[in-house]
Amino acid sequence: MSRDESPLMIEACGVQKWYPNGFHVLRGADLQVRRGERVVIMGPSGSGKSTFLRTFNALEDYQEGRVVVDGMVLDEDLRQIDAIRREVGMVFQQFNLFPHLSVLDNLLLAPVKVRRRPRAEVRRQALELLERVGIHAQADRFPGQLSGGQQQRVAIARALCMEPRIMLFDEPTSALDPEMVREVLDVMKQLAADGMTMVVVTHEVGFAREVADRVVLMDEGVVVEEATPTAFFGAPQQERTRRFLAQIL
Amino acid sequence: MGPWRALVATPADTALTAVLALLLGWAGWGIFGWAFGRAQWLVVRANAATLMVGRYPEPQQWRLWLLLGMLVSLAGVSWGLLRGRGAWPRNDRLAVAGLGGATLVLPPLLALGAVNQLRLLLLFALLLLLRWALARWSGHPAVLRFASAWGAVWAVAYLGGLWLIAGGLGLPTVRPADWGGWMFTLLITSLTLLLALPLGVLLALGRRSELPLLRWLSVAYIELIRGAPLITLLFLGQNLVGFLVPGGLAPDRVWRAAAVLTGFAAAYLAEAVRGGLTAVPRGQMEAARSLGLSSALTIRHVLLPQALRVALPAMVGQCIALLQDTTLLSIIGLFDLLGTARSVLANPDWLGRYAEVYLVLAVLYWCSCAALSMGSRALEQRLSISRDRATVPPSTPSPTAA
Ligand SMILES: Nc1ncnc2c1ncn2[C@@H]1O[C@H](COP(=O)(O)OP(=O)(O)O)[C@@H](O)[C@H]1O
Ligand SMILES: [Mg+2]
Repeated sequence: MSRDESPLMIEACGVQKWYPNGFHVLRGADLQVRRGERVVIMGPSGSGKSTFLRTFNALEDYQEGRVVVDGMVLDEDLRQIDAIRREVGMVFQQFNLFPHLSVLDNLLLAPVKVRRRPRAEVRRQALELLERVGIHAQADRFPGQLSGGQQQRVAIARALCMEPRIMLFDEPTSALDPEMVREVLDVMKQLAADGMTMVVVTHEVGFAREVADRVVLMDEGVVVEEATPTAFFGAPQQERTRRFLAQIL
Repeated sequence: MGPWRALVATPADTALTAVLALLLGWAGWGIFGWAFGRAQWLVVRANAATLMVGRYPEPQQWRLWLLLGMLVSLAGVSWGLLRGRGAWPRNDRLAVAGLGGATLVLPPLLALGAVNQLRLLLLFALLLLLRWALARWSGHPAVLRFASAWGAVWAVAYLGGLWLIAGGLGLPTVRPADWGGWMFTLLITSLTLLLALPLGVLLALGRRSELPLLRWLSVAYIELIRGAPLITLLFLGQNLVGFLVPGGLAPDRVWRAAAVLTGFAAAYLAEAVRGGLTAVPRGQMEAARSLGLSSALTIRHVLLPQALRVALPAMVGQCIALLQDTTLLSIIGLFDLLGTARSVLANPDWLGRYAEVYLVLAVLYWCSCAALSMGSRALEQRLSISRDRATVPPSTPSPTAA
């Protein structure tokens, strides 16, 4: 089965959102992501990338349009929302690890309390995951003892421990010192190679070129351009994309 | 030494130091002269038992000794667990010296009788022994397993203690009206705290709730209570219930007062907890929700553990305030420590012995409040370990990882 026929994992059509203060942040944003696809979202700061990404796991609501994730329509139905969040993992710019729990307990919390899996079994899996992201030796430490890069890798492992079908990344390397960006990107590339469906907001052009199936440019709450990395970086169709690329390249 | 030299750093400092030293010396000399000269301590000696337990019937007082033994054991074990291996910080040495001195000096002064003196000495030894043993073997797996159930042990001991005091279920009943003195003060303070803590947490959460009705109710309750002096609420509690409930059915006056105190303390604790809740970054909740945790799970495992740590000092402050507030119970005619003391002083035999009795009371209250704040500081240190570790550079191996 070729990728074009894979089932849709995320289908967002004409999403519009106003923040409570009246700011019209999403103005009809569209995106489709098929199973196993890697989509990179780029765009100037304040263009609504984070907000758009966060509608995919119902961290943000929206007023117009439709978001369907893994066959489930995201609307007001709360049971639906909890089900979605279990299927969708998210990695934040600021890591957001739980500082009062050890690294291992950060990973165990959700699988044990939400999925009600036996602790010993999850523990084994968590240690394997930590080994995969290279934090095995720090399992009993606390987040505050780790470097930024290590914390972000723990955050990825924590999301993976719920065995999600989709992973969302919101500028996962933007808060990192330059020398730590690589170790996080390497983990993400590994994840992509394993076939995970990923939507990544990032400004790492190298990562986008190497990993993405498609690159998307967002500006002022809409998706402006959508293309393969080669086309996106080599021959952008839109004026706004060219202006954006001129700034970051 | 540095701090001492600061006392005489400049001529002005030296003069100030000299004046203050003279004042302190004069006051100290006055009190000393009074305490060992004109003061008549017989009033305290003759009423020591009454001040401790009020009118609790003598033949049943073994129950209170048993309870005291239980509490001392629990305290010793908790102390050892809190300290961990082999640590004897200065505060601990001070506490041991203070307690030991008090156990040796006070009973003869109070003419407590040989049996009671021996009991107190044994209890002090038990405290030290348990503290030492638990600290010595704090890393042992059996101790760790035991420590994880420690909250439950305290809860069972508390209920057992209530049963010992009140009776019923086989023991002769002693009505609340006959409880009194120091025991009553500690009992009503601890009971109120146990009930007010969960209530305060719920109110604080209610105040942040997304449901408008719940939020308004919480805010209204908290502000209403905080806007009224405790004494008026206590009088209301004593009198209003009488109008609402037909005579015989109204709960005992002690329970009514406990209910009012609980409601009062809860409002203040709620504000302390709210301070902690606001200190938890939004990202924590988002991370929890993105992992699929429900609101209840997020509150229980992510929000509260972090918020309560931040709120702990403010909450302990409220606990200390509550202990002091219980003295108002004497004004509505209950026999807490102050009320009991006033009833002793009302006896013509002890006319005019105010200074002696009130000095003892002041020392007792001060010691308990000091113990509370020392205990809370130890707990704070213990809980903030993970945050202190945050300041350790990542390359330094942590003590626990070894
Ligand atoms: N809670 C909020 N209320 C009002 N405006 C907001 C809120 N959150 C974000 N915004 C605004 O929405 C715009 C888009 O934000 P965001 O989605 O974070 O953009 P990006 O991730 O592309 O930088 C920004 O201008 C920001 O100031
Ligand atoms: Mg953003």
